[in-house]
Amino acid sequence: MNAPAKPCLDIRSLSAVLPNGLRVLRSVSLSVEPGEVRALVGESGAGKTMIGKAVLGVLPPSVRIVEGDMLLEGEDLGKLQPRARRTLIGARTALIPQDPLTALNPSRRIGPQMTDRLVRILGWSGEKADARIRQLLDEVQIRDPERVLKCYPHELSGGMRQRVLIAAAFAGEPRLIVADEPTTALDVTVQKQILRLIAQLQREHGTAILFVTHDLGVVAKISQKVSVLYAGKVVEEAETAALFASPQHPYTRALMAATPRYTDPFASLKPVDDKVLAGLAAEIAASDQAWRPPHG
Amino acid sequence: MAEPLFSVRGLKVALPDMTRKPLIGRAPLAEILKGLDFDLPRGSVTGIVGESGSGKSTLGRALVRLLEPSAGKVIFDGRDITHLPEAELRPLRRNLQMIFQDPMSSLNPRRTIASIIAAPLKQNGLGDNLKARVAEALQRVGLPQSFAGRYRHELSGGQRQRVGIARALALSPKFVLADEIVSGLDVSTQAQILTLLEKLAAEMGLTVAFISHDLSVIRRLCRLVIVMREGAIVEASATDTLFEHPQQAYTRDLLAAIPLPEIDDAWLLPAAKAPA
Repeated sequence: MNAPAKPCLDIRSLSAVLPNGLRVLRSVSLSVEPGEVRALVGESGAGKTMIGKAVLGVLPPSVRIVEGDMLLEGEDLGKLQPRARRTLIGARTALIPQDPLTALNPSRRIGPQMTDRLVRILGWSGEKADARIRQLLDEVQIRDPERVLKCYPHELSGGMRQRVLIAAAFAGEPRLIVADEPTTALDVTVQKQILRLIAQLQREHGTAILFVTHDLGVVAKISQKVSVLYAGKVVEEAETAALFASPQHPYTRALMAATPRYTDPFASLKPVDDKVLAGLAAEIAASDQAWRPPHG
Repeated sequence: MAEPLFSVRGLKVALPDMTRKPLIGRAPLAEILKGLDFDLPRGSVTGIVGESGSGKSTLGRALVRLLEPSAGKVIFDGRDITHLPEAELRPLRRNLQMIFQDPMSSLNPRRTIASIIAAPLKQNGLGDNLKARVAEALQRVGLPQSFAGRYRHELSGGQRQRVGIARALALSPKFVLADEIVSGLDVSTQAQILTLLEKLAAEMGLTVAFISHDLSVIRRLCRLVIVMREGAIVEASATDTLFEHPQQAYTRDLLAAIPLPEIDDAWLLPAAKAPA
C-alpha cells in the first residue's frame, strides 16, 4: 500500500471459454485504482457479471480461464494456491449482490448472518464483529439496528435488505467491492437513496468499487471510470466524464441513443442500428481470428 | 366519438391479505385500490406509473376484468362491465387484450409460435384462413415468416415480446393492456419494442394502457399519464404538462430520482430538499 501507483485491481488480457470452446471473455483488460469506482456497463450476455465473478473466484465450473492475469493489490491471484487465493480474496474483497433476497439465508436472522463473515473469514472476535456491524448499520442509516438484527430477511423491505448487505460488504474494510447491479431490483426513489449511500461509504472508507450495471444513467452518476462491454470484449474504456462528453465507439454511441431520457424523449430510445451490430460482429470475429488459445 | 373507451368511477379493489391470514379461516381483505376516477379516451396511449405496490398492475387487471372490483364502476365501450359474469364477458374479451411483462412465462413452451398466435383467433371464430392471418400477425410485428414453426426457447427476449404483441393484436382489439412489457429487456431491444408498439398503436388506432415504473419510457410513448401511489391517483394529466409542470411533490420526487445518462455531480449529494 506504500506504492500508490499500484492499482487495487488489475485485470490483464483475461480470456475465458465454455466447454464447447466459445469465448465468453475476450482478452479483457481493466484496472480499478484504490478508492475509485469503475463501472462495467453492457447488455445482457456481455460478460459483465462474469468478470465480477472471476475477480471473486466464484466462476461457474463450466467456465475456464485460459489466459490472462488478475492482480489484487499487486498479488497475482493465478500464482497463489487455491486456499491462499480464497483467503486473500475473502479478506480484501466483498460483494454487493443484485438480489438481496437470494443473497440472504431466509431461515436465519440478519444479525448472525452479518457477523458470520467477519468471524469466520476474517477471524474477528464475536464482540468486535458485533460492534462493527452496529457501527455500519448506523452508517447506512438504519435507525433501529436492534430490531433489524433480530429480523428475518422477509421481514425487511427491498431497500432495507440492500442497506443490510451494503453494511455487511463494508464491514470487513475490503479494499475492493464488486457491486453487481445492486439497484436493478429497486424502485427509482429507493435506488437513488442506495446509490447515495454506496457513494458516501465508498468515499469515507476509500474503497475501490467495480460497479456492474446495464444502466448508463447509473454509470454517469456513480463512476469515475467506465468500461463498455459487448460479447465479452471491452469495446471502449474511458473516464466517465469523457465517455459522456464524446463517446468514441459506435456501440457506445448507439447505447447512449437507446437509453431513455425523459428530458429529451425523441432524441432517446433509438433502436440500435443494424450497421452498428454488423460492425460489432465483424470486430468480434476479427479479434477471435487473431487470438490463439494458449496451450497448457 | 367523444365518449371515452373506458370510464372508471370510484373504483375499489380489495384482495385477501395472505400475510395476515389466520391459521384457520379467511384472510382479511386489504384495500389495494382506494377509489379511482379516470377516463381512457379512444385511440390514446395512457401511461400508468408508480412504484412497486402502488396498485398499477391491480388497476390493469381490474380494467380487463381479470379481477372483479369490490366497489365503483368500470364502463367499457358504453357497457358496465364491473360485475359482469364470465359468460357475458367472454364475447367482450376479444376487445380486451393483454401483453405481459415476461414473454418467457406467458408463451406456452410446447406450442409453436404459429399455434400461439392462432389460439385466440380460433377461440373467436376466426379459424378460417388461419395461415394467412398468422402470417399477417407475424409481418405486422416484424418477424420473418420462418418463425411460425419455432418454439419460445428459440427466440431472443425481444422476439418473444414481439410474439406477445402479435398475439394480442391478432384480433384487432379495441383495448390493449401492456403491463411492464419492456422492463425485462435490454435498452437496445427496449427501444425497438417501444417503437413497434408506438407505430402499431397509431396505425390501428388502439387504445392502450401502458403500465410502467419508468417515466422516461412513458414520456416517449404516452399522451396521458396517471401517477399512482398506494392505491390512489396522485396526479393525472397530459404527458407534456406532467413532465414540464408536475403539480405534486411525489411526481417531482419520482422525476428527480431518475438517473439521467448525463454527468451531474450534485445528483448524489445528500438530500438538499428541493423547494416544495
